[in-house]
Amino acid sequence: MSIKNNARDATMVGRRTDGTVIRRPLSPHMQVYDMFQITSGMSIAHRITGTIWAVGLLFLVWWLVAAASGPEAFAAAQWFFSSFIGMVVLFGLSAVAWYHTLAGVRHLMWDAGYGYDIPTVHRTGRAVLVGTGVLTVLTWFIAIIAWA
Amino acid sequence: MSDKKVAIQLRSPLGRVRGMGSAKQGSHHWWVQRVSSMALLPLMLWFVISVASLAGHSYADTIRWIGHPLNATLLLLTIAIGFQHTASGLQVVIEDYVEDEMTRMVLILVEKAACVLFGVLAALAVLRIAV
Repeated sequence: MSIKNNARDATMVGRRTDGTVIRRPLSPHMQVYDMFQITSGMSIAHRITGTIWAVGLLFLVWWLVAAASGPEAFAAAQWFFSSFIGMVVLFGLSAVAWYHTLAGVRHLMWDAGYGYDIPTVHRTGRAVLVGTGVLTVLTWFIAIIAWA
Repeated sequence: MSDKKVAIQLRSPLGRVRGMGSAKQGSHHWWVQRVSSMALLPLMLWFVISVASLAGHSYADTIRWIGHPLNATLLLLTIAIGFQHTASGLQVVIEDYVEDEMTRMVLILVEKAACVLFGVLAALAVLRIAV
């Protein structure tokens, strides 16, 4: 076992009093963790949705640049957004955006020091999931009315 | 249970005065992430409702909507704060999962460059339509 020139690895490796190198024990990690309970599942989902939204911003950039470039470029963007794949992408992004927004509000609530007890954590967790569904459907309801 | 909060001071007096941790910038990154998220809440509501209402509308309608001074202003704010929030959020994800120090640094710089590039591109598109 060697000591690497890595700050994180360095904290995981120690020495006994006789000088022999020893790897420090790790706390229970991903492999033994139930990622499908509402607490940890929603926590990692907040990260995943944030990352997906970051990629989704490229569609916003495309839409704006196409609009600024002229009717042909805009028509090409509109063609994609109204295609089947485009609709699936936009629907997914709207759900992802609402989830990240509502889960973000939940995080702000925690940051302010509220809602740490387990029953409240479970209740706000369910509220975020239900809210995501309701707001996503509502968003597409507005879009369909505008379209018609 | 009483509401009284018990604070245990773990930092040295000098560390407390300077307010900096191992990140050398204290809680600045964390705090900016909260502030930008609060700013994005109303902007997000406005943006989603507006864009959903624009569905199926013509090129001319869309240009007119983006070009309206109020919409253009709110779009520029959404782009600026949105990309700032995205850049610092992705930075934390990279910091947490990329082990190698050089790879981590390069990825963060690339990610931030991409956010600046696309942010300026989006802002320029809005300005070209609105101004």
